[in-house]
Amino acid sequence: MAAADKAKQRLAVAKTYKIYIDGKFPRTESGRYFTLEDGKGTVIANICRSSRKDFRNSVVAARKAQRAWANASAYLRGQILYRIAEMLEGRSEQFVAELVLQGNTQRHAQKEVEASIDRLIYYAGWADKYQQVFSAVNPVASSHFNFSVLEPMGVISIIAPDDSGLIGIVSNIAPAMVGGNTCVVLASEQQPLCAVSFAEVLHASDVPAGVVNILTGLRSELTEQFASHMDVNAIAFCDGSRKVAATVQDLAADNIKRVISRRRMDWLSDQTANPYLIRDTQEVKTTWHPIGT
Amino acid sequence: MSVTALKTSKAFPDLSRVPAVDEVGVSERVARFQTRSIKKASKVEALKMILSMIDLTTLEGQDTPGKVRHLCQKAIHLHDALPDLPHVAAVCVYPTMVGVAKQALEGHDINIASVATAFPSGMSSLDVKLDDARMAVDAGANEIDMVISRGAFLAGEYGYVFDEITAVKEACGDAHLKVILETGELGTLDRVRRASVLAMHAGADFIKTSTGKIQPAATMQVTLVMLQAIKDYYYQTGRMVGMKPAGGISKAKLAVHYLVMLRETLGMAWMTPEWFRFGASSLANDVLMQLMKQSTGVYQSSDYFSKD
Repeated sequence: MAAADKAKQRLAVAKTYKIYIDGKFPRTESGRYFTLEDGKGTVIANICRSSRKDFRNSVVAARKAQRAWANASAYLRGQILYRIAEMLEGRSEQFVAELVLQGNTQRHAQKEVEASIDRLIYYAGWADKYQQVFSAVNPVASSHFNFSVLEPMGVISIIAPDDSGLIGIVSNIAPAMVGGNTCVVLASEQQPLCAVSFAEVLHASDVPAGVVNILTGLRSELTEQFASHMDVNAIAFCDGSRKVAATVQDLAADNIKRVISRRRMDWLSDQTANPYLIRDTQEVKTTWHPIGT
Repeated sequence: MSVTALKTSKAFPDLSRVPAVDEVGVSERVARFQTRSIKKASKVEALKMILSMIDLTTLEGQDTPGKVRHLCQKAIHLHDALPDLPHVAAVCVYPTMVGVAKQALEGHDINIASVATAFPSGMSSLDVKLDDARMAVDAGANEIDMVISRGAFLAGEYGYVFDEITAVKEACGDAHLKVILETGELGTLDRVRRASVLAMHAGADFIKTSTGKIQPAATMQVTLVMLQAIKDYYYQTGRMVGMKPAGGISKAKLAVHYLVMLRETLGMAWMTPEWFRFGASSLANDVLMQLMKQSTGVYQSSDYFSKD
């Protein structure tokens, strides 16, 4: 047998898709998995079915990382987002291949990856600008200097859109993190592969541990935990039925969590990228500063 | 060395008969304790037991009377939103703060523990150390946490260490004496075992792992070695000695592992605040958060619990 033929017989090394917590790639602590199949019923990969304990651990990591991330300069946060875009660009072929494997057309996959990279650049640019746009000096009748500025809410839980593998998760993470929030994200249940690979991109882009944590698993199992956890300050909840949305509102009320509902958004369109998504996860702080007349 | 030891009424132990510690065996045993699954009702009971065993501690140079009063308030009202909570066993402060704590805890069944004997280093003369301990007792402390002279112990002056403990024990009067071995500075488990034996024979009511100022502080390994020493001492003399791991135990889950270890090493008789304590400051809040999680089903945030 020729040497070339021997080389062809090499066994492919399949990738283990794990979750991303506190800058590490553990398997789910529950040891549970679900299988991802392509259209023909062939198993593509075993995906971690994260438990509420994985979520709890993620929130602890996100909380720990939040203060330092919020205190990082806007310039640095922008640079890191830009870096994520660079890394994603370098690995775009892998992402296209994964999207195709999960049932997207080549053309659509190509478009989605490019849009994701552009989306990151877009929000990177906003890092040192949204503050100017949304802050204000307010006219008041007393002798006070009165001004309002934005502050990050803290830890955001994100239920990513189910119908897209990459652009949906990128479009929800980027505006939250650029504003100094840390987040815990539940990836698309239908197309979880890119979310895990995106975690590897984040990991290689100087994103501090805990700033973004990505879990894979079942929406039906984890949505309530994402909505109820007392140490989460806001939940960005994409799609899902009205009944589930009502439950989320109900559970979130316990600690007056902000609920950001994002339904039927065409994430591929540039129209869905705007600074209001950044403001969604910001708190307005107004200061009354006494002045002499 | 043995001449000085003979001056005391307590018998100096034959340290040559202290068994050697199998470090690998200890680690394997400890790993087994951590595999026990304690859930639901048992977990709630364990968490409540942990609360009742806590010595709520503040030992900082920056401690003010206000901070100590704050801590005492926390000791009395752990988390009023949860009914049927036990109170902590004691508050643990520096000798100068004992008076403040006594006033703040007036009418409550919570002990006042004070560190003494030139805590945390123990680097002073015996007279100064005895005065330190007497001062704390006079101010109202009913438990004294003393440190041993690690320097003397490591230099092999066991008689000196022995006499020092007996002298402090005498100075304490009715107050309970906890002897801090500062295991992080002893280096090996063999020395931990030897120091435990020495302290118990010298009259310690409790043996305690650490000051909390040195890393590593309490680990399950050193605690197991000390528990085994307590067990053997009990078989030899019939006297029960208490155990207090301190420093670095900040999570409820870890504290539950300690309880498992206690149960499986010394048995039920020791599972009360009279014989087992946790020296900790942030553990209480984590336990409270876990109890709240058990009662509401929702994961908690430290935002809703008083800082200690």
